[in-house]
Amino acid sequence: MTTIGFLARRVLAALALVFVATSGALLLAQLAPGDYASQFGRDQAQIAAERHRLGLDLPVAQQYARWLKRSLTLDLGESFQYQRPVTALVAERAWNTALLAATSLAVATLLGIPWGIVTGSRRGVLIRALRGVSLLFLSIPPLISSLTMLAVAARTGWLPVSGMGGVSHLVVPTLALALPIAAILERLQAQSIGDALATPMALSARARGISRRRIVWRHAWRQSLGPILAIYGVIVGTLFSGSFAVEIVTSWPGLGDLMRQALLTRDTYLVAGCAAAGAAFLAAGVLLGDVLHAVVDPRVGGA
Amino acid sequence: MREVREVRGVRAPLLVFAALALLVIAAPGLAPYAPGRQFDGYPYAPPMRPHVIDAAGAWHLPFAHPISLADPIERRYVEDRRARITFASREPWFLLGSDALGRDVLSRVLTGARLSLGLALLSAALALAIGAAIGAVAGYAGGWTDTWLMRIADLALVLPVIYAVLALRGALPLVLTTVQVFTAFVAVFALVGWPSAARGVRGIVVVEGRSGYAEAARALGASPARIIARHLLPATRGFLAVQATMLVPAFIMAEATLSFVGLGFAPPTPSWGVMLTDAASIRTTADTPWLLAPAGAIVLTVLVIHSVAHGRDPLLDS
Repeated sequence: MTTIGFLARRVLAALALVFVATSGALLLAQLAPGDYASQFGRDQAQIAAERHRLGLDLPVAQQYARWLKRSLTLDLGESFQYQRPVTALVAERAWNTALLAATSLAVATLLGIPWGIVTGSRRGVLIRALRGVSLLFLSIPPLISSLTMLAVAARTGWLPVSGMGGVSHLVVPTLALALPIAAILERLQAQSIGDALATPMALSARARGISRRRIVWRHAWRQSLGPILAIYGVIVGTLFSGSFAVEIVTSWPGLGDLMRQALLTRDTYLVAGCAAAGAAFLAAGVLLGDVLHAVVDPRVGGA
Repeated sequence: MREVREVRGVRAPLLVFAALALLVIAAPGLAPYAPGRQFDGYPYAPPMRPHVIDAAGAWHLPFAHPISLADPIERRYVEDRRARITFASREPWFLLGSDALGRDVLSRVLTGARLSLGLALLSAALALAIGAAIGAVAGYAGGWTDTWLMRIADLALVLPVIYAVLALRGALPLVLTTVQVFTAFVAVFALVGWPSAARGVRGIVVVEGRSGYAEAARALGASPARIIARHLLPATRGFLAVQATMLVPAFIMAEATLSFVGLGFAPPTPSWGVMLTDAASIRTTADTPWLLAPAGAIVLTVLVIHSVAHGRDPLLDS
């Protein structure tokens, strides 16, 4: 299997994921009793007229087929609530979520990877303390870290507490998201580098007289990246789960809040649009992880 | 050596879960007041510290000084150091303060434990049971059954937990009673949680199925069901224990998040997630931080569970 073939397969898998996730969300939203139109007034004629206008009185299969056809041209329908095209709404918000997610991932990586390398390659009381801190961060879900940071920020007035603006607005949401992820990365990296240091390669390098520091930071580290990149998709998934809560708490105008609104008002096409965006991000993250993995470890990807 | 490590690795998590289950059953009984009881005249009362020495210097069993509202606008309370109250007194003793409606936060957190923690434990047990069953069947049967079951599991695994839960929640009516929400959550969480258990169990069953003792059992004429149940599944104990330490915290957090955004339990039900809604306004968290008590409960519970997670990190075992 060539590298191109490997990449092509991965891209197809990503597209399949987006398709299945979106269709699933759309069909699931149809399952619940009632729909968008049933929220208006008690006049049956009014409700029926609204339903007909939005095309909700057609059989589910037909609605799905119509949506499918339009989605091929990236027309994901119109939001009942906002009366604007779903694609436009989602694109606005998706950009904000992407900004938050990317920044958090960067911070988490810069924090977690070196942390893990240090705790995985040494022993001692300080190391145990560092591991304890990571255990603590691991146990604080983004919902709670954002609430707590909000309390601190409000009390001290150091940082803005809501909305989107300059860099200072990014601090609270990013930290709230990044710290648990950094802790996960630390755990993985520590285990992984422990494994890498136990290999014959590391032992023979030591026997040849290469300094411990060089072995850890030049040789073992590269080997240890593989398993982490392999589950990159799960990490990106965790990032998204976390961003949902953080966005709502800090009033960050992203996909999470949009999806919540859509769910609460039964805005079916908007729900599907958000699911599509979320799945697309996830698929992109998984793809990126696979590509990086193939770069770092040539055995993967059949080069 | 490996055998001993695995058995030890199962014991600690099991003890922790047993203790948590006990807490779930006993917690509402430990609460000093009914969770819904509103004490008029005590909104946003601060936590009242227990004392053992009174103003005169005499020793007593733990007590508190009663407080009263001095300034309703500033929400300022004054302590009456001459008097002593206990839980049996007429005046309330808010160990963790009170909320906007004068309800005791401690009682609500303890009652909420039954909902939030009980939900997570039950869902995890169900998810593990389903996952172990599916994984064992896939691993033992092999072939197409195996391939297709694991494909479905992989697909479900990649989706972020919260999106899957949201999508499934979207398939249910918006307004549900507490019991309905509980049941719905158990079902949804079990559906979201089985794939990771299934993958791991399938891997173990495949490996153990090739071992000598399994072959011997087959030669002696044992049925596949018996081989799976009596011989292969016990080998998955360690893995399942570690899986539980990952699922339970995830479900606690998922319930908290969903109730927080209004898609889970609804007020006045004292689930931990609903209580966090009260703590979400900025003025509240700055002035009345004791409303974050359910957050503390969540972090403490999850911390305890994570610290007994033994063995290799399941995320790395692909």
